[in-house]
Amino acid sequence: MKLIKFLLIGILFGIIMTKSEVISWYRIQEMFRFQSFHMYGIIGSALVIGLIATFFFKRNAIRDIEGNLIAFRDKNYSIPRYLFGGIIFGLGWALSGACPGPMYTLVGNGFTVFLVVIASALLGTLCYGLLRKHLPH
Amino acid sequence: MIEFISQPWAWYVSGPMLALVMILLLWAGGEFGVSSTLRTLCAMGGAGKKVPFFNFDWQKQIWNIVFIIGAMLGGFIAANFLTNPQPLVLSSATIADLNKVGIPFNGELAPMTLFSWSKLLTVKGFCVLVVGGFLVGFGARWAGGCTSGHAISGLSNLQLPSLIAVIGFFIGGLIMTHLLFPLIF
Repeated sequence: MKLIKFLLIGILFGIIMTKSEVISWYRIQEMFRFQSFHMYGIIGSALVIGLIATFFFKRNAIRDIEGNLIAFRDKNYSIPRYLFGGIIFGLGWALSGACPGPMYTLVGNGFTVFLVVIASALLGTLCYGLLRKHLPH
Repeated sequence: MIEFISQPWAWYVSGPMLALVMILLLWAGGEFGVSSTLRTLCAMGGAGKKVPFFNFDWQKQIWNIVFIIGAMLGGFIAANFLTNPQPLVLSSATIADLNKVGIPFNGELAPMTLFSWSKLLTVKGFCVLVVGGFLVGFGARWAGGCTSGHAISGLSNLQLPSLIAVIGFFIGGLIMTHLLFPLIF
């Protein structure tokens, strides 16, 4: 039963992704060409609210549904991991026009060919797992 | 009401709603990071037997798999019951730029000349679908997160690594859009 709420939050997420047109390949192109404020406005305003919410979560002013404190782990500092990994991700984001959230949402939208994109992303994840030891972190 | 929410949502509605998703996930005992579901799916498929990176307690991540099933359902609901009859309104500058590289725009979410099953085995179709997906999966895991995990959750928590990752996302996206698109398309 605990999982039902994640299903409902996921449904909300899929509706937001679709109605905001974030799932559109064209919107991602607009963003990387700096020809529309839309994507920047979405990420920027989500970030402002996210910063405020995280501030209160970290002050323990808000607990989770079971009354537990919400733990935030600091990410280990490194440049190559985030920079190189990020660049590879960005190359793929501009090409496919979809980061992982939109990939799943697009399948629900009837773009079944995105199952191929998801399968390729799984293959990419698998290859990262195989090559992990040889990559700078 | 349905008509009202069936319009495309402005950024100042969509952004705060996205933050609400992050808040709800934290409140429900999860966190907002979609790309980690790819790792979980690999582990569920048995990759942990061969590759240690996938040998973890994936049962604890089932909530995130349920979340992405929800995302698919949400996409289905939005596409079928909250349909916007109007074509996508795209910046005329973007339309002109894409025309130059031979990608048409006809008001749909994605160019059907690339995103359809019949184009999968063409060079361009293979690039956007297979190469694009592969890079997203590989890069997200190397960087330890994607747009949700770094640009929203990570930056909200003032994580410097997330800022480096987001800068990387843009370096990659700009290289692809401005340098590689003219070569591929």
